[in-house]
Amino acid sequence: MIEMKGIKKIYTIGEMKVEALRGIDLEINKNEFISIMGPSGSGKSTLMNLIGCLDTPSEGEYYLEGIKVADLHHNKLAEVRNQKIGFVFQSFNLLPYATAFENVEVPLIFKGETSRKRRKRAEELLEIVGLKDRMQHKPTELSGGEMQRVSIARALANDPSIILADEPTGNLDSVSGSEIIEIFVNLWKQGHTIAMITHDKDISVKTQRIVKLKDGRVVDGGIAS
Amino acid sequence: MKGFLFLRLFLRDFKRQRKKMTLTTLAIAWGTFSIVMLLAFGEGLNRQLTKAKHGLGEGIVIMWGGQTTIPYQGLGKGRRIRFTEEDVELIKARIPEIKNVGGEYTRWGVPMSYGKRSVTEMITGLYPCYEEMRSHYPDKRGRFINELDLQYKRRVVFLGNGLKERLLGKEEAVGKTIIINNIPFTVIGVMQDKLQMGAYGGMDKDKASIPATTFKTIWGHEYFNNLVYQPGNLEKAEETKKRVYQVLGAKHKFDPKDVRALSIWDVIEDEKIFNKILLGFSIFMGVIGGMTLLIAGVGVANIMYAAVKQRTREIGVKMALGAKKKDIMSQFILESLIIAFLGGGIGILFTTIVIRILQAIPVKSEGLQFLGKPTISWDIMIITIIILGMVGLFSGFFPSRRAATVNPVESLRYE
Repeated sequence: MIEMKGIKKIYTIGEMKVEALRGIDLEINKNEFISIMGPSGSGKSTLMNLIGCLDTPSEGEYYLEGIKVADLHHNKLAEVRNQKIGFVFQSFNLLPYATAFENVEVPLIFKGETSRKRRKRAEELLEIVGLKDRMQHKPTELSGGEMQRVSIARALANDPSIILADEPTGNLDSVSGSEIIEIFVNLWKQGHTIAMITHDKDISVKTQRIVKLKDGRVVDGGIAS
Repeated sequence: MKGFLFLRLFLRDFKRQRKKMTLTTLAIAWGTFSIVMLLAFGEGLNRQLTKAKHGLGEGIVIMWGGQTTIPYQGLGKGRRIRFTEEDVELIKARIPEIKNVGGEYTRWGVPMSYGKRSVTEMITGLYPCYEEMRSHYPDKRGRFINELDLQYKRRVVFLGNGLKERLLGKEEAVGKTIIINNIPFTVIGVMQDKLQMGAYGGMDKDKASIPATTFKTIWGHEYFNNLVYQPGNLEKAEETKKRVYQVLGAKHKFDPKDVRALSIWDVIEDEKIFNKILLGFSIFMGVIGGMTLLIAGVGVANIMYAAVKQRTREIGVKMALGAKKKDIMSQFILESLIIAFLGGGIGILFTTIVIRILQAIPVKSEGLQFLGKPTISWDIMIITIIILGMVGLFSGFFPSRRAATVNPVESLRYE
């Protein structure tokens, strides 16, 4: 479903060129649950941004469900992010002025769904993550674990092809962290495809496959076994 | 973003930048105030001037006899052309597109008295159509000269309000008898107070008018001092004027192309030019007001730039969730439109109050009669709303373009 060949990403800072990715080959199949590990500076986040279509590679080819992402117009790219990618961030990135319910609605709004459909879908999703009774709470009134559950619900809004989670437990205590991982495992069992960046070996062992990065290269687990 | 979410984001921002937002909103209000006020003064001046113009008469042409300058049918140049009742009848019969036409006898230095007061003023002999043509409207109780007065050569007089004041003071004039040229006349009406700009032979308020037939009987004038006519269709005023030259030319034997055979004051043409000047003046006022609003618009843009900076992270998140450029941009444009119309609303409200107060103050001075009556018209409202919309749009557009170029990767990097 995801196919990357010889992906390079070079940043130019002033006169200096920084090679964040030096030729990545990566495959992710449908209904896989992978974790991406590596020391800081190894290019995990850059890779995540590329998979998530927030950024385009300097070199190499990237196919997302057969679509060559590099060729897309920025509006089309926004549509891909909206409908094929579900982001879960370490620091949640919820809109602070909006309720849990409204936060989940946001991707549906960008998709152009009617308010009736949005309501039905948002309620459904918040129920899945166990926050049905906290729908009208603002992020400041929620615990970290609850906020992350809202953002998982938000990521699921448009039933994406892949969920990208960037250290989703990084800001959580161990109890809520394992609850969140539990949710991801359940989603995977229900047929979702998930790629998760993590530092935590206890978490990565729960995934199907561990992709190890070092110095902008995949050193292990790039190809599905 | 849609609906409530958008409004809540706006309100949150308003709170976060309360001082700046309030000041900018006030700046817009002030800009709106100055633009509406200037336009309202322009409009008030316009209306007062138009009214004053119409004091002389609306859509009329005044004609005096001239001298021929072109030899015609064997007759030399330099002949005087003068009008009699025949000319009026001829115009009536031959030029049906003329709505009203009448001649006017005038005489200077006629003694008039009432009791112990006496004045020497101008007297005119008129026809009933002058009421409408030359705005000789009577005050509440009286009336103007009518056909019967004319037919029976009645000794009745219609007084200009200024003349009445001097002759009768505050006393009720209608029904009183005044002495004109040693002959008693009954006052039938006093002219309504009117603004008059443009006059010939003195202001109307200082004249006494009597039926043309009575005038002729007393003083035996053969010729009218002037003719006044009113075309039915102002659009065709020029053609009507040509017809007058043709018809009168045939009778008095002058070349219809001999412009100076008739001495014409075309009030209609005057008014067209006058209206152009007033339009220019209004535009000038609007531009000055618009400049003030423009400065306020810069303030709005400034706030929006700050908002873009503060919301960089949020913009990145929205982009990650699938916001297109237009989704990001519309938020900022809508917000600046809200500020523009909020400030604009306050400004318009404030202007309305100020104008109400100004209109309530009685104006005595002649000069202030023209300036002291600012008026808000629908045109002004529409113009102001359009300008506000443009200010809002432009001051939102450039910041929103910056927002749309936010790089989601960079804005999301610092976790």
